[in-house]
Amino acid sequence: MANIMIRRGDKGEYVFYLPKRDLEDTVTSMEFDTPEKWGGEIKLNNGGSYYIEPQVAPARLPFSVRAKRLDAAE
Amino acid sequence: MSNLTREETEALIQEVLEVYPEKAQKDRAKHLAVNDQSIEQSKKCITSNRKSLPGVMTIRGCAYAGSKGVVWGPIKDMIHISHGPVGCGQYSRAGRRNYYIGTTGVNAFVTMNFTSDFQEKDIVFGGDKKLAKIIEEIEGLFPLHKGISVQSECPIGLIGDDIEAVSKKGAATINKPVVPVRCEGFRGVSQSLGHHIANDAIRDWVFERDGKDTINKFEPSPYDVSIIGDYNIGGDAWSSRILLEEMGLRVVAQWSGDGTLSELENTPKVKLNLLHCYRSMNYISRHMEEKYGIPYMEYNFFGPTKIEESLRKIAAFFDESIQKKCEEVIAKYRPMVDAVIEKFKPRLTGKRVMLYVGGLRPRHVIGSYEDLGMEVVGTGYEFGHGDDYDRTIKEMGNATLLYDDVTGFEFEEFVKRVKPDLIGSGIKEKYIFQKMGIPFRQMHSWDYSGPYHGYDGFAIFARDMDMTLNNPCWGKLVPPWQKPAAEGEALQKAA
Repeated sequence: MANIMIRRGDKGEYVFYLPKRDLEDTVTSMEFDTPEKWGGEIKLNNGGSYYIEPQVAPARLPFSVRAKRLDAAE
Repeated sequence: MSNLTREETEALIQEVLEVYPEKAQKDRAKHLAVNDQSIEQSKKCITSNRKSLPGVMTIRGCAYAGSKGVVWGPIKDMIHISHGPVGCGQYSRAGRRNYYIGTTGVNAFVTMNFTSDFQEKDIVFGGDKKLAKIIEEIEGLFPLHKGISVQSECPIGLIGDDIEAVSKKGAATINKPVVPVRCEGFRGVSQSLGHHIANDAIRDWVFERDGKDTINKFEPSPYDVSIIGDYNIGGDAWSSRILLEEMGLRVVAQWSGDGTLSELENTPKVKLNLLHCYRSMNYISRHMEEKYGIPYMEYNFFGPTKIEESLRKIAAFFDESIQKKCEEVIAKYRPMVDAVIEKFKPRLTGKRVMLYVGGLRPRHVIGSYEDLGMEVVGTGYEFGHGDDYDRTIKEMGNATLLYDDVTGFEFEEFVKRVKPDLIGSGIKEKYIFQKMGIPFRQMHSWDYSGPYHGYDGFAIFARDMDMTLNNPCWGKLVPPWQKPAAEGEALQKAA
């Protein structure tokens, strides 16, 4: 489990940030992306993927959340 | 010399790597790359933020350097104790030219060195008592200080002193903030982790401090901004600040060149954080974006092209009156900039530059050189991360060299082959290259000149580059080993 931060990029896309490793990357896909259900498996541009427990979408981004690493790139 | 092609550059890297043992060769190969603008992600071509190889000459610093030297050091009305043996503080004292206004020793303390001067007994019995005494002494001797930060040096972490407890107790006695910073030099691979630790210390011990709002009365305005990640080297932050103020914005805080503790405390109330040095201050900007909803924006005040771009981008965050004034500012400075370019471009055009610095400059100053008709043919970061290289790839031309944490040997070999007209790096590299007969500018301290930020800075930048490049001395410099043998023999006979 790692603390991650999800924010909006310049083009409105989700940007993933892992403070512990200073890893910043764009999110290519998020399993659930509706106001009621948000999260699930997220895929990163670098090929890594993380899992956020599905939850109600955060009222405001950036948003810090615990995530499980499914498959890290590198 | 004309520019190298992609194949030639790749061959050059291979050639340079050949001297290393196999294992080192494999490791270093990942840190050297030929730029390819089509690559979206830097990690496909270059590895960064890894431990330096033992045995090579690296130019990196330590976590203490990142925290005390960069982030905390310039905060002028606080006293930063170098907690540990005397050397770390003394040898880095006043090394970075962070200009500030104030009377040193009375209400500003940047260039002074405060240290706990650890002795053997402190290592054996712990230095907590000493630290508590220092805090008291400081309060007595320098009553106008606004707070203390405790910058740990390596032994503090090794012997396990509880500086947090001492700081809390000390803060209660003197009724001023005392910030413990766990920036022991052995942490991390370079100064970069020190920046991160320092940012986290500001988050935890400055923003979260009880009762700061009762002392600090702050009237917000809709045009409040803060300058983050400008260390006022030679007055950089001042030449940036005037542009923002002319646009009608109110600069509430400078982080941290010429900055004060109350400026830090007021920053969570601004409307926009302007981030210059992304590498050292993005952590706190991200935190403020999440916690206080303050957007941050990376800007670049090197060279007129980038300044215009950045000013317009900043103005877009605000209403039309600011945008109108922004255009006025750009128009106001254009004649001055045109005159500078007209004067220096013919003297500098076509010259090729190699850079090797830290923080933001390996990519930020490229625009400045291009405005003068120069070309950057190689660049690299001392302690950059993947996201820095992501941002660099687009700025650099195709088939140019990228080198991460370059070693002394590699840098020299690259220079010998690429033959740039100018090198921009630090003091440790300066005399090697000058003796090789290559014009050199220190791009850490602006070679004791500056400022280089903003329009005023650009004029100084152009003058300095011209002064260095077109100095007649370079033609007269022949290294001793390249002097004709006959001359040497004649001298020997004469002696």
